[in-house]
Amino acid sequence: MRAVKGDQKTRIALTLNGRKLAAEAEPRLLLSDFLRHGLGATGTHVGCEHGVCGACTVLIDGVAVRSCLTLAVQAEGREVRTVESLAAPDGALNPLQAAFRDHHALQCGFCTPGILMSFTDFLARNPQPSEAQIREVLSGHLCRCTGYANIVEAIKEVASSSHAPRSEG
Amino acid sequence: MAESSTTTKIRRKEDASLLSGRGRYADDLPVPVGTLYAHVVRSPHAHADIVRIDARRALAHDGVWAVLTGEDVRKLSDPFLAAVKTPVQQWSLAVERVRYVGEPAALVVAESRYVAEDAAELVEIEYAPLPAVIDPVAACAKSAPLLHPQAGTNEVSVREFRYGDTAAAFARADRRIAMTTTFPRLSFTPIECYVVVARHNAAGGSYDVTANFQGPFSMHPVMARALRVKGPKLRLRIPPDSGGSFGIKLSVFPYIVLMALAARVTGRPVKWVEDRIEHLVAASSGPNRVTQIEAALTNDGCVLALRLDQLEDYGAFLRAPMPGPLYRMQGAVTGAYDIAHVDVINRVVLTNKMPASLIRGFGGPQLYLALERLMQRIAVELDLDPLEVIRRNLIAGEKFPYRAAAGALYDSGDYARAVEIATGDGRLDELKRRRAAARAQGRRYGIGFAAIVEPAMSNMGYLSTLMSKEAREKAGPKSGAVSMATVNIDPLGAVTVTADVTVQGQSHETVLAQIVAKALGLRPDDVEVVLEMDTAKDQWSIAAGTYSSRFASGTAVAAHMAAVQMREKLKAIAAKQLNVLPADVELSGGKIRSRSNPDNALPFGRVAATSHWSPGLLPESMAPALSETAAWTPQELEPPSRDDRINTSLTYGFVFDMCGVEIDPVSYQVRVDRYVSMHDAGRILNVTIAGGQIRGSFAQGVAAALYEEFAYNEEGAFLTGTFADYLVPTVSEIPEVEILHYESPSPLTPLGAKGLAEGNCMSTPACIANAIADALGVADVTLPATPRRIHALLERAGATGKR
Ligand code: FES
Ligand code: FES
Repeated sequence: MRAVKGDQKTRIALTLNGRKLAAEAEPRLLLSDFLRHGLGATGTHVGCEHGVCGACTVLIDGVAVRSCLTLAVQAEGREVRTVESLAAPDGALNPLQAAFRDHHALQCGFCTPGILMSFTDFLARNPQPSEAQIREVLSGHLCRCTGYANIVEAIKEVASSSHAPRSEG
Repeated sequence: MAESSTTTKIRRKEDASLLSGRGRYADDLPVPVGTLYAHVVRSPHAHADIVRIDARRALAHDGVWAVLTGEDVRKLSDPFLAAVKTPVQQWSLAVERVRYVGEPAALVVAESRYVAEDAAELVEIEYAPLPAVIDPVAACAKSAPLLHPQAGTNEVSVREFRYGDTAAAFARADRRIAMTTTFPRLSFTPIECYVVVARHNAAGGSYDVTANFQGPFSMHPVMARALRVKGPKLRLRIPPDSGGSFGIKLSVFPYIVLMALAARVTGRPVKWVEDRIEHLVAASSGPNRVTQIEAALTNDGCVLALRLDQLEDYGAFLRAPMPGPLYRMQGAVTGAYDIAHVDVINRVVLTNKMPASLIRGFGGPQLYLALERLMQRIAVELDLDPLEVIRRNLIAGEKFPYRAAAGALYDSGDYARAVEIATGDGRLDELKRRRAAARAQGRRYGIGFAAIVEPAMSNMGYLSTLMSKEAREKAGPKSGAVSMATVNIDPLGAVTVTADVTVQGQSHETVLAQIVAKALGLRPDDVEVVLEMDTAKDQWSIAAGTYSSRFASGTAVAAHMAAVQMREKLKAIAAKQLNVLPADVELSGGKIRSRSNPDNALPFGRVAATSHWSPGLLPESMAPALSETAAWTPQELEPPSRDDRINTSLTYGFVFDMCGVEIDPVSYQVRVDRYVSMHDAGRILNVTIAGGQIRGSFAQGVAAALYEEFAYNEEGAFLTGTFADYLVPTVSEIPEVEILHYESPSPLTPLGAKGLAEGNCMSTPACIANAIADALGVADVTLPATPRRIHALLERAGATGKR
């Protein structure tokens, strides 16, 4: 990573959902703010800014991270993937998204993008997880609407079917 | 009476966008070029006089536009109107004194959020600390520090109510059993915090504010009055998506006014996004309540009469529309039981905590913790089966519609039957078997029950019960609750619906599309629903918004009515074109056709578009069928009677819960082993969505029972300021729940539906508390029943070892 001055804006370039993008940002800017307000990708949500709720989860080089605990400069030159990348260009939902819809696994939908991104990473590495594993990963996310049961069902369905989503840039 | 629901599972209209990151939540919407950002400077003290505020260094910081203080706010605005008339004044920033940790004391407005936060550290505020009072009972003492000296007391409202002849019933009773319960202070912390974007037009003297406010819109005049403008000069827009509300997003209103003032001072649009730390310390909470309850009984456990003394703690200010939770259940204070005599004392106290307001279930959890703990206590003391005590006192099925002692008109139900179904099929036997097995091994296992009535669609007149009848007469009667919806037709005959609800995740789009499509013979996919709100252009009344489960019994009905109005017009238009009588016309499968000769048909769109293209073809004297609005206000929502009886809500559902819990002998954690929840919410509009609402509400009920609490120390310091200290349950903490339905359609609403989204917030804390009492053999169970509290209970009972 290159050295930057604390109070000066610097140009940060990264690949967001397969497209190379860049914008000016202060070194202290959070990745969550950079994505939402710098690059206009508002699908990633912010629920606590202290690393507990999981709403801000995105993938950096395929690995789920909390964008509220990450500085924008840390994503310089890397592949960032957010919820906007999941559906096909024609809007068709991927299997994980479709399972959430079919199981009524979301109500207000505010926590959902983070959960989808966590499991995009997790299912890519563990296509056939046990329910206990699913619950363990899900316990890194707070949802206030659903009581979680339908989220577990949705993920179980994807996990048991053969087409777990692939993790790709 | 029981009927199975005919609705099928359907996909939610909302989901595709929300799952794809295409939601439009408040912080996602574009703001005007030149928008400034605000940061609130908050009090570190629970109680202190503001001696001096020096903003010079902050104002000198690069990029800072303004710093507002209480003095500015006092100059530019008026205090907020409140429901209870007291000499207490409150503003959008503290004036002269702070009364809780986190109270807004100044506002920094700057070119970016980061700069505003930097400059906030440069605002110098000198405080002179005062003694604080946190405990509601202590706050009532004569010697307690006064929050508002001009009020002369912290107990700002006290009213006594007598329904029936309670004294006589107590005199003839075999037994009396009394207890005291305390309901904790908590919130349901939506994952999205508050967002406000305010603009001021100096030329027109008007404000235009976008905020994730949830209603009720009775707050709109409160905000306009504070801003010193007429209602139409405050245009309030609610975004199309909201990241949860649960009642909390009512209390964004002081910030709406504050940011509007900041926009006025700076001449620029001002945006504020609350962060989680601010949300936890100062956004809103449900009120905590201390209830003394006493029953007059026969020896076989029949409750002849009740006395309740309810002391509710609203924190530092009583904001409109408070004290809602204290009065929302007033008419239904006897719950699911046939009790003819009840005396109630309602007391409101102020303490040095963040102001309390509505949260999901409001008033219900507090009441039912007292009432249902009492029923369990009665069983223990009379050595009866707790379920038998419940059964003996339930309102009998043949008594419906039933007028409760305090005035609620319970529209329908068969409580005994619902209980029988829930406990049947071996469910209760299984619980008992598990308890016996656990106890045989020396483990602590208990069974709890709760039987509650779930009100929906509040009577806007219920709060006036807190005034004396003379004051009510002077102020004029308040009653009813209007719901509004509009069905529009576009030039090609496509249908759009708008309605007076704010979105917050309850699937209103899906259900409204379903209702309107059904009336018009279309598919739900044929109907667009647009629910962002704009007070300048949408139809609304003071009752608008999403709260008190008013959707199923209110707005859904209005949508049905508007669709039927449209259908009747379209029938008349089609009759002319089909050459038949209107009575022979039906709408079905996207066609409008003759009933007797279905081949004589026109496409829906063709008929529907007639009013756009050829109004001359309309039947004589018919106004064009372009837009039909229905306003529904049920006549059962009457004002309080002269003797203070009040039908607080329109529909009354029933919930019966039972559960088994086990106490971990090492960690003292309460584990919910089995949970069964039976709901009678009248006709179910959509079974999938109903299940989602019940599960969400159940999770919050478990949270209140076992995890969440806003904790303060005696000096008023706030101890639960992050999600690491304030424990929102994760998937690991939420047990499974078996949901059962029994349908007693409401005779009072055309759809027969009742509210169902709050029931478990009301029943679950009481049910779990009862199970803990059974497991430990104790009378006092304090919620949330954390391991520390369970341990203390056992220590007191001298039983920290195995029993
Ligand atoms: S916003 Fe990042 S974890 Fe909550
Ligand atoms: S769906 Fe609303 S927070 Fe999870």
